[in-house]
Amino acid sequence: MNIRNNIAISESGFVFDPSTGDSFSLNPVGLEILLLIKQGNTSEQISDLITSRYQVEKSVFERYYFDFTSMLKQYHLLVDNE
Amino acid sequence: MEKLTFERPVIQKINAGLPSKFGISSRMEPITDIEGIPVRRLIEEFGSPVFVFSEATIRKTYKEAWRAFSTRYPRVQFAWSYKTNYLNSICRVFHQEGSWAEVVSGFEYDKAITNGVPGEQIIFNGPDKSRDDLAKAIANGSLIHIDHFDELYEIIDLCGTSVKRPKVAIRVNMDTGIYPQWDRFGFNYENGEAWDALNRIMVSGKMDLLGLHAHIGTYMMQTGSYHIAADKLAALAVGLERKYNHVISYIDMGGGFASKNTLKGAYYPGSDTTPSFDDYAEAITSSLMKSEIKPENLPMLILENGRALIDDAGYLAGTVIANKRLADGRRATIIDAGVNLLFTSFWYEHDLRPAVNVSDQTEDTTIYGPLCMNIDVIRGSIQFPLLKKGDQYVIRRVGAYNNTQWLQFITLRPNVVMIDITGTPHIIRHGETLNTINDLESVPEHLESTDNGTTQRTK
Ligand SMILES: Cc1ncc(COP(=O)(O)O)c(C=O)c1O
Repeated sequence: MNIRNNIAISESGFVFDPSTGDSFSLNPVGLEILLLIKQGNTSEQISDLITSRYQVEKSVFERYYFDFTSMLKQYHLLVDNE
Repeated sequence: MEKLTFERPVIQKINAGLPSKFGISSRMEPITDIEGIPVRRLIEEFGSPVFVFSEATIRKTYKEAWRAFSTRYPRVQFAWSYKTNYLNSICRVFHQEGSWAEVVSGFEYDKAITNGVPGEQIIFNGPDKSRDDLAKAIANGSLIHIDHFDELYEIIDLCGTSVKRPKVAIRVNMDTGIYPQWDRFGFNYENGEAWDALNRIMVSGKMDLLGLHAHIGTYMMQTGSYHIAADKLAALAVGLERKYNHVISYIDMGGGFASKNTLKGAYYPGSDTTPSFDDYAEAITSSLMKSEIKPENLPMLILENGRALIDDAGYLAGTVIANKRLADGRRATIIDAGVNLLFTSFWYEHDLRPAVNVSDQTEDTTIYGPLCMNIDVIRGSIQFPLLKKGDQYVIRRVGAYNNTQWLQFITLRPNVVMIDITGTPHIIRHGETLNTINDLESVPEHLESTDNGTTQRTK
Protein backbone atom coordinates (compact mmCIF):
# COMPACT_ATOMS: atom_id res chain seq x y z
CA MET A 1 0.00 0.00 0.00
CA ASN A 2 1.47 3.32 -0.95
CA ILE A 3 0.62 6.83 -2.01
CA ARG A 4 0.60 7.29 -5.78
CA ASN A 5 3.95 8.87 -6.51
CA ASN A 6 2.77 11.86 -8.54
CA ILE A 7 0.69 13.16 -5.63
CA ALA A 8 1.91 16.49 -4.21
CA ILE A 9 1.70 16.94 -0.43
CA SER A 10 2.35 20.34 1.17
CA GLU A 11 3.52 20.92 4.72
CA SER A 12 0.23 22.53 5.63
CA GLY A 13 -1.79 19.45 4.74
CA PHE A 14 -2.77 20.43 1.23
CA VAL A 15 -2.80 17.57 -1.29
CA PHE A 16 -2.95 17.91 -5.07
CA ASP A 17 -3.55 15.14 -7.59
CA PRO A 18 -2.18 16.35 -10.96
CA SER A 19 -3.82 13.53 -12.90
CA THR A 20 -7.33 14.67 -12.00
CA GLY A 21 -6.82 18.25 -10.80
CA ASP A 22 -8.48 17.35 -7.49
CA SER A 23 -7.21 18.89 -4.30
CA PHE A 24 -7.74 17.84 -0.72
CA SER A 25 -7.12 19.11 2.77
CA LEU A 26 -5.86 17.06 5.68
CA ASN A 27 -5.97 17.71 9.39
CA PRO A 28 -2.58 17.43 11.18
CA VAL A 29 -2.99 13.78 12.20
CA GLY A 30 -4.15 12.97 8.69
CA LEU A 31 -1.06 14.64 7.24
CA GLU A 32 1.23 12.81 9.64
CA ILE A 33 -0.24 9.46 8.68
CA LEU A 34 -0.14 10.22 4.96
CA LEU A 35 3.57 11.03 5.25
CA LEU A 36 4.21 7.85 7.26
CA ILE A 37 2.54 5.82 4.51
CA LYS A 38 4.58 7.64 1.88
CA GLN A 39 7.80 6.81 3.74
CA GLY A 40 6.86 3.14 3.38
CA ASN A 41 5.79 2.33 6.95
CA THR A 42 3.48 -0.64 7.41
CA SER A 43 0.12 -0.34 9.14
CA GLU A 44 1.58 -1.90 12.32
CA GLN A 45 4.48 0.54 12.38
CA ILE A 46 2.14 3.48 11.90
CA SER A 47 -0.15 2.25 14.66
CA ASP A 48 2.84 1.88 17.04
CA LEU A 49 4.19 5.32 16.20
CA ILE A 50 0.89 7.16 16.55
CA THR A 51 -0.26 5.42 19.71
CA SER A 52 3.09 6.15 21.37
CA ARG A 53 2.82 9.85 20.51
CA TYR A 54 -0.91 10.41 21.09
CA GLN A 55 -3.45 9.60 23.78
CA VAL A 56 -5.30 6.89 21.92
CA GLU A 57 -5.90 3.17 22.35
CA LYS A 58 -4.58 0.92 19.63
CA SER A 59 -8.01 -0.60 18.93
CA VAL A 60 -9.58 2.84 18.64
CA PHE A 61 -6.81 4.13 16.43
CA GLU A 62 -7.03 1.19 14.09
CA ARG A 63 -10.72 1.79 13.43
CA TYR A 64 -10.02 5.38 12.47
CA TYR A 65 -6.96 4.35 10.50
CA PHE A 66 -8.86 1.91 8.29
CA ASP A 67 -11.63 4.41 7.79
CA PHE A 68 -9.02 6.98 6.75
CA THR A 69 -7.19 4.69 4.33
CA SER A 70 -10.50 3.64 2.79
CA MET A 71 -11.12 7.32 2.05
CA LEU A 72 -7.64 7.61 0.51
CA LYS A 73 -8.49 4.69 -1.76
CA GLN A 74 -11.85 6.22 -2.53
CA TYR A 75 -10.04 9.34 -3.71
CA HIS A 76 -7.52 7.25 -5.70
CA LEU A 77 -4.58 8.57 -3.70
CA LEU A 78 -3.57 5.19 -2.41
CA VAL A 79 -2.60 2.13 -4.45
CA ASP A 80 -2.37 -1.43 -3.15
CA ASN A 81 1.07 -2.77 -3.90
CA GLU A 82 1.93 -4.76 -0.81
CA MET B 1 6.45 12.36 28.35
CA GLU B 2 2.88 13.75 28.15
CA LYS B 3 1.06 12.27 25.16
CA LEU B 4 -0.65 14.58 22.69
CA THR B 5 -4.43 14.72 22.33
CA PHE B 6 -5.55 12.59 19.46
CA GLU B 7 -7.90 13.78 16.75
CA ARG B 8 -9.07 11.28 14.18
CA PRO B 9 -7.34 11.59 10.78
CA VAL B 10 -9.46 13.27 8.12
CA ILE B 11 -9.08 14.02 4.45
CA GLN B 12 -11.55 16.23 2.65
CA LYS B 13 -11.91 17.00 -0.99
CA ILE B 14 -11.80 20.71 -1.82
CA ASN B 15 -14.41 21.80 -4.32
CA ALA B 16 -12.78 24.90 -5.77
CA GLY B 17 -15.23 27.57 -6.89
CA LEU B 18 -18.09 25.76 -5.24
CA PRO B 19 -18.91 27.48 -1.97
CA SER B 20 -21.05 25.54 0.45
CA LYS B 21 -24.69 25.52 -0.54
CA PHE B 22 -25.65 28.65 1.34
CA GLY B 23 -22.43 30.53 0.78
CA ILE B 24 -21.88 30.41 4.52
CA SER B 25 -19.45 28.46 6.61
CA SER B 26 -20.51 24.92 7.26
CA ARG B 27 -19.11 25.01 10.76
CA MET B 28 -21.71 23.59 13.03
CA GLU B 29 -22.32 25.05 16.47
CA PRO B 30 -23.02 22.30 18.95
CA ILE B 31 -26.04 22.45 21.25
CA THR B 32 -24.52 21.45 24.55
CA ASP B 33 -27.46 22.39 26.74
CA ILE B 34 -31.16 23.13 26.62
CA GLU B 35 -32.48 25.91 28.86
CA GLY B 36 -29.27 25.70 30.87
CA ILE B 37 -29.37 21.94 31.45
CA PRO B 38 -26.51 19.98 29.84
CA VAL B 39 -27.79 17.56 27.23
CA ARG B 40 -25.59 14.91 28.82
CA ARG B 41 -27.46 15.31 32.10
CA LEU B 42 -30.88 15.21 30.42
CA ILE B 43 -29.97 11.95 28.74
CA GLU B 44 -28.49 10.47 31.93
CA GLU B 45 -31.62 11.29 33.84
CA PHE B 46 -34.36 10.69 31.26
CA GLY B 47 -32.83 8.22 28.82
CA SER B 48 -31.90 8.34 25.18
CA PRO B 49 -33.52 9.45 22.96
CA VAL B 50 -35.68 11.99 24.78
CA PHE B 51 -37.97 14.79 23.63
CA VAL B 52 -37.33 18.03 25.52
CA PHE B 53 -39.64 21.06 25.51
CA SER B 54 -38.83 24.53 26.72
CA GLU B 55 -41.79 26.12 28.45
CA ALA B 56 -40.07 29.49 28.24
CA THR B 57 -39.81 29.21 24.45
CA ILE B 58 -43.49 28.29 24.12
CA ARG B 59 -44.51 31.32 26.14
CA LYS B 60 -42.12 33.63 24.35
CA THR B 61 -43.26 32.47 20.90
CA TYR B 62 -46.90 32.81 21.86
CA LYS B 63 -46.33 36.32 23.18
CA GLU B 64 -44.58 37.31 19.96
CA ALA B 65 -47.49 36.09 17.85
CA TRP B 66 -49.97 37.74 20.18
CA ARG B 67 -48.12 41.05 20.03
CA ALA B 68 -47.94 40.97 16.21
CA PHE B 69 -51.72 40.62 15.91
CA SER B 70 -53.02 42.51 18.93
CA THR B 71 -51.06 45.65 18.07
CA ARG B 72 -52.74 45.71 14.65
CA TYR B 73 -56.26 44.59 15.37
CA PRO B 74 -58.66 45.26 18.25
CA ARG B 75 -59.92 41.74 19.03
CA VAL B 76 -57.64 38.75 18.63
CA GLN B 77 -58.03 35.21 19.94
CA PHE B 78 -55.70 32.25 19.46
CA ALA B 79 -57.01 28.68 19.61
CA TRP B 80 -54.39 25.99 20.17
CA SER B 81 -54.39 23.40 17.38
CA TYR B 82 -54.53 20.16 19.35
CA LYS B 83 -53.37 17.90 16.53
CA THR B 84 -50.07 19.77 16.37
CA ASN B 85 -49.17 18.67 19.88
CA TYR B 86 -51.80 17.48 22.33
CA LEU B 87 -49.58 16.55 25.25
CA ASN B 88 -51.65 17.98 28.10
CA SER B 89 -48.83 20.04 29.59
CA ILE B 90 -48.15 21.70 26.25
CA CYS B 91 -51.85 22.47 25.75
CA ARG B 92 -52.09 23.86 29.27
CA VAL B 93 -49.24 26.29 28.71
CA PHE B 94 -51.13 27.65 25.69
CA HIS B 95 -54.39 27.77 27.63
CA GLN B 96 -52.67 29.64 30.47
CA GLU B 97 -51.44 32.14 27.91
CA GLY B 98 -55.06 32.65 26.85
CA SER B 99 -55.51 30.24 23.94
CA TRP B 100 -58.78 28.49 23.31
CA ALA B 101 -58.71 24.94 21.90
CA GLU B 102 -59.07 23.90 18.27
CA VAL B 103 -59.91 20.21 17.89
CA VAL B 104 -60.73 17.88 15.00
CA SER B 105 -62.04 14.71 16.65
CA GLY B 106 -64.11 13.52 19.58
CA PHE B 107 -60.90 12.34 21.23
CA GLU B 108 -59.27 15.78 20.95
CA TYR B 109 -62.50 17.41 22.10
CA ASP B 110 -62.51 15.30 25.28
CA LYS B 111 -58.85 16.08 25.84
CA ALA B 112 -59.61 19.80 25.70
CA ILE B 113 -62.43 19.35 28.24
CA THR B 114 -60.12 17.44 30.61
CA ASN B 115 -57.61 20.27 30.22
CA GLY B 116 -60.27 22.54 31.68
CA VAL B 117 -61.19 24.44 28.53
CA PRO B 118 -64.78 25.74 28.80
CA GLY B 119 -67.07 24.32 26.11
CA GLU B 120 -67.65 27.77 24.58
CA GLN B 121 -63.91 28.09 24.01
CA ILE B 122 -63.55 24.92 21.97
CA ILE B 123 -63.58 25.16 18.18
CA PHE B 124 -64.62 21.87 16.65
CA ASN B 125 -63.20 21.50 13.14
CA GLY B 126 -62.75 18.68 10.68
CA PRO B 127 -64.81 16.36 8.53
CA ASP B 128 -65.25 13.62 11.15
CA LYS B 129 -67.68 14.58 13.91
CA SER B 130 -70.01 11.79 14.97
CA ARG B 131 -73.63 12.49 15.88
CA ASP B 132 -72.71 12.03 19.53
CA ASP B 133 -69.78 14.43 19.17
CA LEU B 134 -72.08 17.03 17.62
CA ALA B 135 -74.72 16.58 20.33
CA LYS B 136 -72.06 17.05 23.02
CA ALA B 137 -70.63 20.12 21.30
CA ILE B 138 -74.11 21.66 21.01
CA ALA B 139 -74.86 20.97 24.67
CA ASN B 140 -71.57 22.57 25.71
CA GLY B 141 -72.03 25.62 23.50
CA SER B 142 -68.88 24.86 21.51
CA LEU B 143 -68.17 26.43 18.14
CA ILE B 144 -68.94 23.88 15.43
CA HIS B 145 -67.21 24.58 12.14
CA ILE B 146 -69.28 22.80 9.53
CA ASP B 147 -67.25 20.98 6.91
CA HIS B 148 -69.85 19.53 4.51
CA PHE B 149 -73.58 19.39 3.76
CA ASP B 150 -74.07 16.00 5.42
CA GLU B 151 -72.86 17.51 8.65
CA LEU B 152 -75.06 20.57 8.18
CA TYR B 153 -78.14 18.36 7.79
CA GLU B 154 -77.15 16.26 10.77
CA ILE B 155 -76.99 19.42 12.88
CA ILE B 156 -80.37 20.60 11.57
CA ASP B 157 -81.71 17.20 12.51
CA LEU B 158 -80.20 17.40 16.00
CA CYS B 159 -81.89 20.77 16.50
CA GLY B 160 -85.15 18.84 16.81
CA THR B 161 -84.01 17.17 20.04
CA SER B 162 -81.64 19.73 21.47
CA VAL B 163 -82.72 22.47 23.82
CA LYS B 164 -79.73 24.61 22.94
CA ARG B 165 -79.24 26.35 19.61
CA PRO B 166 -76.06 25.13 17.91
CA LYS B 167 -73.33 27.75 17.51
CA VAL B 168 -71.83 27.29 14.09
CA ALA B 169 -69.46 28.62 11.50
CA ILE B 170 -68.67 27.27 8.06
CA ARG B 171 -65.28 26.31 6.79
CA VAL B 172 -64.62 27.90 3.42
CA ASN B 173 -62.04 26.77 0.87
CA MET B 174 -60.93 29.06 -1.91
CA ASP B 175 -58.38 30.01 -4.49
CA THR B 176 -55.72 32.08 -2.77
CA GLY B 177 -53.20 31.77 -5.55
CA ILE B 178 -51.41 28.79 -4.05
CA TYR B 179 -51.03 25.47 -5.74
CA PRO B 180 -52.26 22.86 -5.03
CA GLN B 181 -55.42 24.48 -3.73
CA TRP B 182 -56.86 22.82 -0.62
CA ASP B 183 -60.43 22.11 -1.67
CA ARG B 184 -61.29 19.00 0.27
CA PHE B 185 -62.31 20.74 3.47
CA GLY B 186 -65.33 22.99 3.79
CA PHE B 187 -67.41 24.73 1.15
CA ASN B 188 -65.95 26.33 -1.94
CA TYR B 189 -66.02 30.10 -2.28
CA GLU B 190 -65.64 30.55 -6.02
CA ASN B 191 -68.34 28.10 -7.13
CA GLY B 192 -70.97 29.49 -4.77
CA GLU B 193 -71.11 26.49 -2.46
CA ALA B 194 -70.17 28.60 0.56
CA TRP B 195 -73.17 30.84 -0.10
CA ASP B 196 -75.41 27.77 -0.48
CA ALA B 197 -74.34 26.63 2.95
CA LEU B 198 -74.80 30.09 4.50
CA ASN B 199 -78.26 30.43 2.94
CA ARG B 200 -79.34 27.09 4.33
CA ILE B 201 -78.11 27.94 7.80
CA MET B 202 -79.81 31.34 7.79
CA VAL B 203 -83.05 30.05 6.30
CA SER B 204 -83.25 27.14 8.75
CA GLY B 205 -83.43 29.66 11.58
CA LYS B 206 -82.31 26.96 13.98
CA MET B 207 -78.65 27.82 14.51
CA ASP B 208 -76.55 30.78 15.54
CA LEU B 209 -74.15 31.52 12.71
CA LEU B 210 -71.24 33.02 14.61
CA GLY B 211 -68.27 32.79 12.30
CA LEU B 212 -66.49 32.15 9.03
CA HIS B 213 -63.45 29.94 8.90
CA ALA B 214 -60.66 29.16 6.45
CA HIS B 215 -57.43 27.19 6.83
CA ILE B 216 -55.74 27.64 3.48
CA GLY B 217 -52.84 25.24 3.90
CA THR B 218 -49.86 24.48 6.05
CA TYR B 219 -46.30 25.84 5.96
CA MET B 220 -47.56 28.74 3.84
CA MET B 221 -44.69 30.97 2.76
CA GLN B 222 -46.81 33.49 0.84
CA THR B 223 -48.39 36.00 3.18
CA GLY B 224 -50.31 37.34 0.17
CA SER B 225 -52.48 34.23 0.23
CA TYR B 226 -53.72 35.17 3.69
CA HIS B 227 -54.59 38.61 2.44
CA ILE B 228 -56.68 37.07 -0.34
CA ALA B 229 -58.34 34.62 2.06
CA ALA B 230 -59.22 37.41 4.51
CA ASP B 231 -60.64 39.50 1.62
CA LYS B 232 -62.91 36.63 0.64
CA LEU B 233 -64.13 35.88 4.16
CA ALA B 234 -64.74 39.60 4.69
CA ALA B 235 -66.79 39.67 1.48
CA LEU B 236 -68.96 36.85 2.84
CA ALA B 237 -69.42 38.74 6.11
CA VAL B 238 -70.44 41.89 4.25
CA GLY B 239 -72.87 39.85 2.10
CA LEU B 240 -74.47 38.30 5.20
CA GLU B 241 -75.06 41.71 6.69
CA ARG B 242 -76.58 43.02 3.44
CA LYS B 243 -78.78 40.05 2.78
CA TYR B 244 -79.84 38.97 6.28
CA ASN B 245 -78.84 41.94 8.38
CA HIS B 246 -76.75 39.36 10.24
CA VAL B 247 -73.47 40.35 11.86
CA ILE B 248 -70.99 37.58 12.49
CA SER B 249 -68.90 37.50 15.66
CA TYR B 250 -65.64 36.17 14.34
CA ILE B 251 -63.45 35.39 11.36
CA ASP B 252 -61.13 32.43 11.90
CA MET B 253 -58.10 32.43 9.60
CA GLY B 254 -56.92 28.96 10.60
CA GLY B 255 -53.23 28.18 10.98
CA GLY B 256 -50.54 27.38 8.47
CA PHE B 257 -47.81 29.90 9.19
CA ALA B 258 -44.43 28.37 8.36
CA SER B 259 -42.03 27.52 11.17
CA LYS B 260 -38.31 28.15 10.80
CA ASN B 261 -37.64 24.59 9.74
CA THR B 262 -36.21 24.06 6.26
CA LEU B 263 -38.43 22.21 3.82
CA LYS B 264 -36.81 19.42 1.80
CA GLY B 265 -35.56 20.72 -1.49
CA ALA B 266 -35.56 24.35 -0.30
CA TYR B 267 -32.51 26.26 -1.47
CA TYR B 268 -32.22 28.57 1.55
CA PRO B 269 -32.64 27.59 5.18
CA GLY B 270 -36.10 28.23 6.63
CA SER B 271 -34.59 30.47 9.30
CA ASP B 272 -33.74 32.95 6.49
CA THR B 273 -36.94 32.71 4.47
CA THR B 274 -39.84 32.18 6.85
CA PRO B 275 -42.10 35.26 7.12
CA SER B 276 -42.39 36.73 10.61
CA PHE B 277 -45.58 36.88 12.68
CA ASP B 278 -45.62 40.58 11.83
CA ASP B 279 -45.64 39.79 8.10
CA TYR B 280 -48.58 37.40 8.43
CA ALA B 281 -50.40 39.74 10.82
CA GLU B 282 -50.01 42.66 8.44
CA ALA B 283 -51.40 40.64 5.51
CA ILE B 284 -54.47 39.51 7.43
CA THR B 285 -55.34 42.56 9.49
CA SER B 286 -54.80 45.04 6.66
CA SER B 287 -57.35 43.11 4.62
CA LEU B 288 -59.93 43.08 7.40
CA MET B 289 -59.43 46.75 8.24
CA LYS B 290 -59.75 47.75 4.57
CA SER B 291 -62.84 45.63 3.99
CA GLU B 292 -66.37 47.02 3.87
CA ILE B 293 -67.16 45.54 7.26
CA LYS B 294 -68.42 48.44 9.40
CA PRO B 295 -65.89 49.40 12.07
CA GLU B 296 -68.40 48.79 14.87
CA ASN B 297 -68.98 45.29 13.49
CA LEU B 298 -65.36 44.24 13.11
CA PRO B 299 -65.38 40.55 14.00
CA MET B 300 -63.02 38.92 16.48
CA LEU B 301 -60.01 37.52 14.62
CA ILE B 302 -59.28 33.90 15.56
CA LEU B 303 -55.98 32.17 14.69
CA GLU B 304 -55.33 28.44 14.96
CA ASN B 305 -51.59 28.28 14.41
CA GLY B 306 -49.82 25.08 15.30
CA ARG B 307 -46.33 24.55 13.94
CA ALA B 308 -45.27 28.20 14.04
CA LEU B 309 -46.03 28.33 17.77
CA ILE B 310 -44.49 25.07 18.96
CA ASP B 311 -41.77 23.87 16.57
CA ASP B 312 -39.00 25.98 18.14
CA ALA B 313 -39.77 24.83 21.68
CA GLY B 314 -39.18 21.13 20.99
CA TYR B 315 -35.85 19.27 20.86
CA LEU B 316 -35.00 15.63 20.38
CA ALA B 317 -31.77 14.60 22.09
CA GLY B 318 -30.11 11.23 21.68
CA THR B 319 -27.00 9.18 21.11
CA VAL B 320 -24.94 7.99 18.15
CA ILE B 321 -25.13 4.20 17.74
CA ALA B 322 -22.50 3.64 15.05
CA ASN B 323 -20.69 4.95 12.02
CA LYS B 324 -20.14 3.22 8.74
CA ARG B 325 -19.05 3.87 5.18
CA LEU B 326 -21.52 3.46 2.34
CA ALA B 327 -20.51 1.76 -0.89
CA ASP B 328 -19.71 5.11 -2.54
CA GLY B 329 -17.41 6.12 0.33
CA ARG B 330 -19.88 8.47 1.93
CA ARG B 331 -20.08 8.38 5.67
CA ALA B 332 -23.20 7.15 7.42
CA THR B 333 -24.01 7.81 11.05
CA ILE B 334 -26.71 5.80 12.81
CA ILE B 335 -28.55 7.56 15.62
CA ASP B 336 -31.01 6.20 18.14
CA ALA B 337 -34.06 8.13 16.90
CA GLY B 338 -35.73 7.16 13.65
CA VAL B 339 -38.61 8.30 11.48
CA ASN B 340 -40.97 6.49 13.86
CA LEU B 341 -40.28 9.28 16.39
CA LEU B 342 -39.45 12.05 13.96
CA PHE B 343 -42.22 11.83 11.44
CA THR B 344 -41.43 15.33 10.23
CA SER B 345 -38.12 14.17 8.76
CA PHE B 346 -40.20 13.12 5.74
CA TRP B 347 -40.70 16.79 4.87
CA TYR B 348 -38.04 18.77 6.76
CA GLU B 349 -34.26 18.91 6.53
CA HIS B 350 -34.02 18.86 10.30
CA ASP B 351 -31.38 20.91 12.05
CA LEU B 352 -29.23 18.22 13.62
CA ARG B 353 -26.34 19.30 15.86
CA PRO B 354 -23.70 17.59 17.93
CA ALA B 355 -24.21 17.95 21.68
CA VAL B 356 -20.47 17.91 22.29
CA ASN B 357 -17.74 20.29 21.23
CA VAL B 358 -16.17 18.66 18.20
CA SER B 359 -13.54 19.68 15.71
CA ASP B 360 -14.33 21.89 12.72
CA GLN B 361 -13.92 18.95 10.37
CA THR B 362 -17.16 17.96 8.72
CA GLU B 363 -17.94 15.33 6.15
CA ASP B 364 -20.85 14.68 3.83
CA THR B 365 -22.87 12.29 5.96
CA THR B 366 -26.13 10.40 5.75
CA ILE B 367 -27.94 10.17 9.08
CA TYR B 368 -29.92 6.98 9.59
CA GLY B 369 -32.30 6.10 12.37
CA PRO B 370 -32.05 2.75 14.19
CA LEU B 371 -34.94 0.99 12.46
CA CYS B 372 -34.32 -2.01 10.31
CA MET B 373 -36.07 -0.28 7.41
CA ASN B 374 -34.66 1.37 4.33
CA ILE B 375 -36.88 4.44 4.67
CA ASP B 376 -35.40 5.30 8.06
CA VAL B 377 -33.37 8.32 6.96
CA ILE B 378 -33.21 11.38 9.18
CA ARG B 379 -30.97 13.42 6.83
CA GLY B 380 -30.06 12.26 3.33
CA SER B 381 -26.99 14.44 3.17
CA ILE B 382 -25.59 16.82 5.74
CA GLN B 383 -22.15 18.30 6.30
CA PHE B 384 -21.71 16.83 9.73
CA PRO B 385 -18.82 16.63 12.19
CA LEU B 386 -17.37 13.27 13.04
CA LEU B 387 -19.30 11.97 15.99
CA LYS B 388 -18.31 8.65 17.52
CA LYS B 389 -20.44 5.92 18.98
CA GLY B 390 -21.81 7.18 22.27
CA ASP B 391 -21.56 10.88 21.38
CA GLN B 392 -24.79 12.80 21.79
CA TYR B 393 -26.76 14.90 19.34
CA VAL B 394 -29.68 17.31 19.42
CA ILE B 395 -32.30 17.89 16.72
CA ARG B 396 -33.87 21.32 16.87
CA ARG B 397 -37.41 22.46 16.10
CA VAL B 398 -39.27 19.21 16.46
CA GLY B 399 -42.17 20.49 18.59
CA ALA B 400 -44.90 20.25 15.95
CA TYR B 401 -46.66 17.06 14.84
CA ASN B 402 -44.06 14.58 16.12
CA ASN B 403 -45.65 13.83 19.48
CA THR B 404 -48.97 13.30 17.73
CA GLN B 405 -47.89 11.46 14.59
CA TRP B 406 -45.11 9.32 16.08
CA LEU B 407 -45.46 5.60 15.68
CA GLN B 408 -44.93 2.80 18.11
CA PHE B 409 -42.92 0.85 15.58
CA ILE B 410 -40.05 -1.52 16.34
CA THR B 411 -39.12 0.48 19.43
CA LEU B 412 -41.03 2.16 22.22
CA ARG B 413 -41.74 5.86 22.42
CA PRO B 414 -39.43 7.61 24.87
CA ASN B 415 -39.88 10.08 27.70
CA VAL B 416 -41.01 13.59 26.92
CA VAL B 417 -39.65 16.22 29.28
CA MET B 418 -40.61 19.84 29.76
CA ILE B 419 -38.17 22.29 31.31
CA ASP B 420 -40.22 24.84 33.21
CA ILE B 421 -39.46 28.54 33.40
CA THR B 422 -37.33 28.07 36.53
CA GLY B 423 -35.18 25.55 34.66
CA THR B 424 -36.58 22.44 36.35
CA PRO B 425 -37.23 19.44 34.10
CA HIS B 426 -40.47 17.43 34.45
CA ILE B 427 -41.51 14.26 32.66
CA ILE B 428 -44.74 15.17 30.84
CA ARG B 429 -45.17 11.83 29.10
CA HIS B 430 -43.57 8.65 30.35
CA GLY B 431 -41.60 6.45 28.04
CA GLU B 432 -43.55 3.41 26.98
CA THR B 433 -42.72 -0.01 28.39
CA LEU B 434 -43.45 -3.48 27.12
CA ASN B 435 -46.50 -3.46 29.41
CA THR B 436 -47.89 -0.28 27.85
CA ILE B 437 -48.18 -2.19 24.62
CA ASN B 438 -49.00 -5.67 25.92
CA ASP B 439 -51.73 -4.39 28.24
CA LEU B 440 -53.85 -3.50 25.21
CA GLU B 441 -53.61 -6.98 23.77
CA SER B 442 -55.53 -10.07 24.68
CA VAL B 443 -54.75 -13.61 23.69
CA PRO B 444 -57.49 -16.17 23.02
CA GLU B 445 -57.50 -19.12 25.40
CA HIS B 446 -56.13 -21.62 22.91
CA LEU B 447 -53.01 -19.45 22.49
CA GLU B 448 -52.51 -18.75 26.16
CA SER B 449 -49.95 -21.43 26.87
CA THR B 450 -46.48 -20.27 25.95
CA ASP B 451 -45.18 -23.81 26.27
CA ASN B 452 -45.50 -24.27 22.54
CA GLY B 453 -42.16 -25.77 21.69
CA THR B 454 -41.56 -29.11 20.10
CA THR B 455 -43.52 -31.06 22.78
CA GLN B 456 -46.89 -30.32 21.21
CA ARG B 457 -45.87 -30.89 17.66
CA THR B 458 -44.25 -34.26 18.27
CA LYS B 459 -47.26 -35.55 20.21
C1 LIG C 1 -58.25 23.46 10.70
C2 LIG C 1 -56.83 23.55 11.09
N1 LIG C 1 -56.41 24.59 11.85
C3 LIG C 1 -55.13 24.71 12.24
C4 LIG C 1 -54.16 23.79 11.87
C5 LIG C 1 -52.73 24.00 12.30
O1 LIG C 1 -51.92 24.16 11.20
P1 LIG C 1 -50.40 24.67 11.28
O2 LIG C 1 -49.67 23.74 12.19
O3 LIG C 1 -49.93 24.58 9.88
O4 LIG C 1 -50.42 26.06 11.81
C6 LIG C 1 -54.54 22.71 11.06
C7 LIG C 1 -53.53 21.73 10.63
O5 LIG C 1 -53.60 21.04 9.67
C8 LIG C 1 -55.90 22.59 10.66
O6 LIG C 1 -56.31 21.57 9.88
